[in-house]
Amino acid sequence: MGRKILFVTTDQQRYDTLGCNGGTLARTPVIDDLAAHGIRYERAVPQSVVCMPSRSTILTGQHPTTHGVWMNGVPLPVDAPSVADVLHRAGYRTALVGKAHFEPYFDPFMRFTENSLSATGTTPPNGTHRGFEHLEFATHGVMGSLHYARWIQEHHPDAMGGFYAVIDRDMQVSGEGGGDTGAPQVKTNPIPREWYHTDWVADRTIAWLESLDASDDWFCWMSFPDPHHPWDPPASELGRVDWHDVPLPAGYPETASEREAILDGKPRHWRLWYDGQLVSNYEAPATWVPATLTADQVREVNARNAVECELIDEALGRVLACIAARGWSDDVDVVFTTDHGELQGDFGLLFKGPYHVDALMRLPLVWRPAPSAAVAPAVVHEPVGLIDLAPTFCAIAGLDAAPWMQSTALPRHDGERADHQVLTEWDSELFGVDVHLRTITRDGWVCTAYLRGTVHDGDEGELYDLADDPLQRVNRWDDPSCRARRDDLVAALWDAQPEPHPTRLQLQAPV
Amino acid sequence: MSDVRGTVRRQVRIHRTPDEVWEFIADPSRLPEWWPGIIEASVDGTMRVVTTGAGIPMPEEILTNDPLQHRFQYRITAGLVREHLSTLDVLDLGDGTSLVVYAADADPATMALIIAGAAGNALEHLRDLMEGAA
Repeated sequence: MGRKILFVTTDQQRYDTLGCNGGTLARTPVIDDLAAHGIRYERAVPQSVVCMPSRSTILTGQHPTTHGVWMNGVPLPVDAPSVADVLHRAGYRTALVGKAHFEPYFDPFMRFTENSLSATGTTPPNGTHRGFEHLEFATHGVMGSLHYARWIQEHHPDAMGGFYAVIDRDMQVSGEGGGDTGAPQVKTNPIPREWYHTDWVADRTIAWLESLDASDDWFCWMSFPDPHHPWDPPASELGRVDWHDVPLPAGYPETASEREAILDGKPRHWRLWYDGQLVSNYEAPATWVPATLTADQVREVNARNAVECELIDEALGRVLACIAARGWSDDVDVVFTTDHGELQGDFGLLFKGPYHVDALMRLPLVWRPAPSAAVAPAVVHEPVGLIDLAPTFCAIAGLDAAPWMQSTALPRHDGERADHQVLTEWDSELFGVDVHLRTITRDGWVCTAYLRGTVHDGDEGELYDLADDPLQRVNRWDDPSCRARRDDLVAALWDAQPEPHPTRLQLQAPV
Repeated sequence: MSDVRGTVRRQVRIHRTPDEVWEFIADPSRLPEWWPGIIEASVDGTMRVVTTGAGIPMPEEILTNDPLQHRFQYRITAGLVREHLSTLDVLDLGDGTSLVVYAADADPATMALIIAGAAGNALEHLRDLMEGAA
C-alpha cells in the first residue's frame, strides 16, 4: 500500500484569496491548516493563464507549446500523455470529479467524451479516459450535458433559472450585470447550497472514495469550477461577506487617470481592452467595457468571490473528514492549487486575458505531504510551475517521472533544486486578432516578450521587479538602467523554449 | 466583436484525386460517413436535415452542388443563426492530390467557429478515411 493522492483544483483563483497567503476576505481554515502542516509555495506560476492549456499542462507535465493546446478551444488529443494514466498503470484507482476542460464545451455535435459521457454513466467506454477510470464532470452552470447539469436538469429543474446565463443571444460570453451594483457576470442565485456545484463536487468525490477498498491506492482529482465567473453563489451564503465592507484591492487604482497612466505604460492591448476597443479572449465579455467598472462593482465581485472560496474550503473539509473516517489520513498527500488567476479589479480590469502579471500568474499552491512521509513543513519562495505537478504525483507514488514530462517534482524546501525559472506562454487567434506572449519568471523578475501579431509589432515587452514593484505598475522594459537585466532574461527565455508539438492543433471551438 | 460576421476557414490535403474526393462530398446524404458528430442526414431535394450527436436536428438548404467547380454550399436555416453560409471546395493540386477547403461565414460570429471548428475535425477524418487510416 502506497501514498494516496487527493489533488484539489479550483478555477481562476488568486493567490491572495487564502488566509495562509495573507488574504483577509475569505476564511479558509482547512487550506490554511494544510499549509501549516505542509509546504506553501510563495510563487507558483501557471504555464498558461487560461483553462484548457493550463489544465493540459497539469495533466501532461508539458508546456503548452509541447502538448499543443495553444488556446482555449483547442482539444487535447485523446492520446496525449497523462500522469493519471501513469498512475493507473501502476495500480492506482483514478478519478476526476468536477471540471476537466481538456475538451471544448461548445460541442453541438457531441464529439468529445467530456460532453457525451454523462448520457452513459461515469465509466468511459474504453475503461479509462486520459487515465481516469471514473469521471463525473461539472462546470460553472447548468447548461450543457455534463453530469452536474444533467443532475440539476433531472432532479432540480426549477433551480436552473437561478444561475447566471453565461452565453448571450449572440453566443458571446454575456456582459450583463447583476447583484446590487450591476457588476458583470454577477447574479443572485436562490439555489440551496447543497445543490450548488461546489457541494456537488465534494459529494461525488466522497461517494467515489467510499466505493474504494480500504487497501486501494488512489489518485483523485477533485476539481471545483469556482471561483471562476459567473459569480452566482447560493444567495443563502452572501451574508458571509458584505460587499459594502470590502476594501478595494491594492491592485485597483482608484482614479481613472491613474489607471490609464499605468495601462499606457504597458503594451497597447492593455489599454485597448480597457477602452472596449479590443477583446482578445473569448471568455471576457465582448460587450463589456472595463473602463465602466466601478469601485463598488469591484467590491461586490470580490465579496462573492470570497464566498465561493469559503464554500470550497468547507467542501474540502468534508472530503478530508471522509478520508479520516476511512482511516487513510496518514497516507494521503493533499495538493491544492488552481489553473490560473483572476484580475479581479487589478488595473481596473476583471476576468483574464493576455496579461502576464501576478493577478493571473501568482497562484495558490499548497502541498501537504502524507504525514507518514514525515516531510518538514516549509515555505518555498523560489518560483515553481504547475508543470511540476505531474512529476510530483509520480514521486509521491514512488515512480520515476515519465520521460515526456518536462519538469521535476516540486521542491520541498528552498534550494532543493537548481532550476529556478518558470515559463508561461499565451497564443490566441480569434476573428482576426492574434496575440502572442512568452514570459519567464526568474530572479525576482517577470519578463514578457511579445511576438508579432495583429496588435503588436513584435518588439514590445514587459519587465517587472517583483520586489520593488509587487503590483507590476511600472513596466521597466524600456528603462535603460534595466537593459542588462532585460537582455539576460530575454536570452534565457528564448534559450528555454520547449519542443513544439509535431503538428499545429486546430482551434475547434470558442471555449 | 459581436456585431460582425465571423469567417473561419479550415483545410486539408488529401492524397486522392479531386474526382475521388468529390464523389464523397457531392452526395449530401453521405455526410454522417465523414463528419464525426453527425449521426443522420436526410435529403429531400435541396433541403437536408442533419441530426447531431446531441440529438439536435439542423435543417439546411443546399445552395450549390457544382460537379465542374467541385463546390458545395449550404446554409443552416434553423434559428441558431441569423445568417450562415458554408462553402466546401475541392481543389486540384495537379499531382494527383486535392486540397479540400471548408469556409463558414456566420452571424453570430461564434457560430462560424463552432461550425468550421467541427468541420476541420471532419476534414481530417475524411482524409484518414480516404487514405485508409480510419
